[in-house]
Amino acid sequence: MTDALLQIRNLTKRFDTASGTVHAVEDVSFDIPRGSIMGLVGESGSGKTTLGRALLRLVEPTSGQIRFDGTDITTLDAKGMRDMRRRMQIIFQDPVSSLNPRLKVGDLIAEGLRAFGIGTRRDRRDRVAALLEEVGLNADHMNRYPHAFSGGQRQRIGIARALALEPDFIVADESVSALDVSIQAQVLNLLLELREKRNLTMLFIAHDLSVVNYLCDQVAVLYLGRLMEIGPTNRVQRASAHPYTRALNSAIPQPDPRAARNRTPLQGDIPSPLAPPSGCVFRTRCPHVADLCATGVPDAHLLGAHHQSYCKRTEELYGH
Amino acid sequence: MQTPDDTILSVEGLRVGFGRGAATVTALRDVSFTLGRGKTLALVGESGSGKSVTSLALMGLLPPSGRILSGRLNFRRSDGTVVDLAGLDAAGYRAMRGPGISMIFQEPMSSLNPLFTVGDQIGEMLLLHENVSSAQRDKRVIEMLELVEIPGAAARAKSYPHELSGGMRQRVMIAMGLICNPALLIADEPTTALDVTIQAQILDLMRRLQKELDMSILFITHDMGVVAEMADQVAVMYAGAVVEQAGVLDLFDHTRHPYTQGLLASIPRDDLVDGERLVPIPGSVPSLTALPSGCAFAPRCSHAQPECHRPVSLEEKASGHLSACIFDFAGAA
Repeated sequence: MTDALLQIRNLTKRFDTASGTVHAVEDVSFDIPRGSIMGLVGESGSGKTTLGRALLRLVEPTSGQIRFDGTDITTLDAKGMRDMRRRMQIIFQDPVSSLNPRLKVGDLIAEGLRAFGIGTRRDRRDRVAALLEEVGLNADHMNRYPHAFSGGQRQRIGIARALALEPDFIVADESVSALDVSIQAQVLNLLLELREKRNLTMLFIAHDLSVVNYLCDQVAVLYLGRLMEIGPTNRVQRASAHPYTRALNSAIPQPDPRAARNRTPLQGDIPSPLAPPSGCVFRTRCPHVADLCATGVPDAHLLGAHHQSYCKRTEELYGH
Repeated sequence: MQTPDDTILSVEGLRVGFGRGAATVTALRDVSFTLGRGKTLALVGESGSGKSVTSLALMGLLPPSGRILSGRLNFRRSDGTVVDLAGLDAAGYRAMRGPGISMIFQEPMSSLNPLFTVGDQIGEMLLLHENVSSAQRDKRVIEMLELVEIPGAAARAKSYPHELSGGMRQRVMIAMGLICNPALLIADEPTTALDVTIQAQILDLMRRLQKELDMSILFITHDMGVVAEMADQVAVMYAGAVVEQAGVLDLFDHTRHPYTQGLLASIPRDDLVDGERLVPIPGSVPSLTALPSGCAFAPRCSHAQPECHRPVSLEEKASGHLSACIFDFAGAA
């Protein structure tokens, strides 16, 4: 593998609840190469948010390793993790509820700098001004409160805040989902610019596959906490080798009234993560289900450089 | 204006304000569109464009602070007579909802009452609008649940909303909206809260039911992909006004209004070439209390000229294709 900033191995997160154990993330392994954007897609309840938070230890993994730049962060103590978080930041979905309404924008963005005792008050002010310009706002916006900004501008503030500590790695959790499409395009282009300029590595979590296809170098597809397929975006988009990814791709309504509506319709709903199906977790909704799918979790089926499908029938169905 | 026989709904110059006197905010400045019988008109726009206010005005459900300032909402009833909804009183509206016009909402969880079974809630429509025995009511409810493809309909009628998945709850909402056999269904972002695979199921279901029941649908959405899939006709809204209306093929093939063009260029499409960047619309939607004079889109428009500050209205630029732009950018998508 090329230089991976993040290496995730057998990551599992289970929640014990009154009604049983929720299998939120099960045995997920992948690498994120330095300077690249990995998309993480899946439907509600697929575990994508839990996985993103577990990478920053905002929820504690049940088992597995997360190696960040060579260090297994799952074994770090509180102090060690705190220092590591300077390099790992997160941008949330809802820019309204993730910004404290009582703090001025300047203080919100400088909060991390202050917490780590970086620079003098004046240094921090200059830094905030530069960050605001970098995300397409004005330096004099620092004296206003979040309510004075539109949704798209608030998301830019969230991005400036995440960049303040000059992190190497950012988790963006549904960061454009709440935005109108014309504003979403602005923020997507901003993320692409920042990645180039700062050589950022990103995990971009989204339910919208077209957004992921646009932004990300690679995609990981999650279903009921398990990896279904992972690979370079154009491979997963155009030559997907997993029935779930194919169904997901075909379900996106295309802005073309002449587009053929030949879908792979998925019946029913995602099963409860309290009692995931045995064998392949997707088999209860899979149009290609066979007897062999009920026993044993599928292993990774290698399809060339960095492209893997977790389907036992990959070869038979897609000729790889 | 006469309403032609094949038109079920014709909205002309609808203006809606919130608040009183000098503090009135005009949320809808000039909304005009027509919906053909048995067709689907997509009303598309971003947050704050006024698409939901339009649907509430049609249903007579504007909040107390809102009122229709002017305009006509001509609706053709199934007996062929035309009624201006803007002139109805509360009782007139009650009679119109259900068998005339019904509505399904975006968020099925908050639109369903958690304390009643879904069967009771669907049956309530019949209780209000039709004089049927309770045995007949139960039978119709179960038939309706079967029609919207809910497995085990008889048992499901006894379920409470929290016992159903999001997709199932939206099917219940559709059953409720359709049980009185409305001539017009208003669907306000009915799939926005759903995952794409569930959205695909609901869109397929709505298309099938429209054919079977011969309904007209006003489909409110922000998603141009959903528009392309569902609509026969499209009306695009911006800042409280319709800026373009056309048949769906015409709208995508010969996009005329710069706002619609910008909207389409902002969408990450599957046919983008690697490395090709989206072209976003700069800036953001203006506040309704501080709209520019003339064209409301001019401050964000790359084609804007000094004359764009003159008032502009929706005009027919080609047969069946209306645009509210003083220039004509036919096919310049």
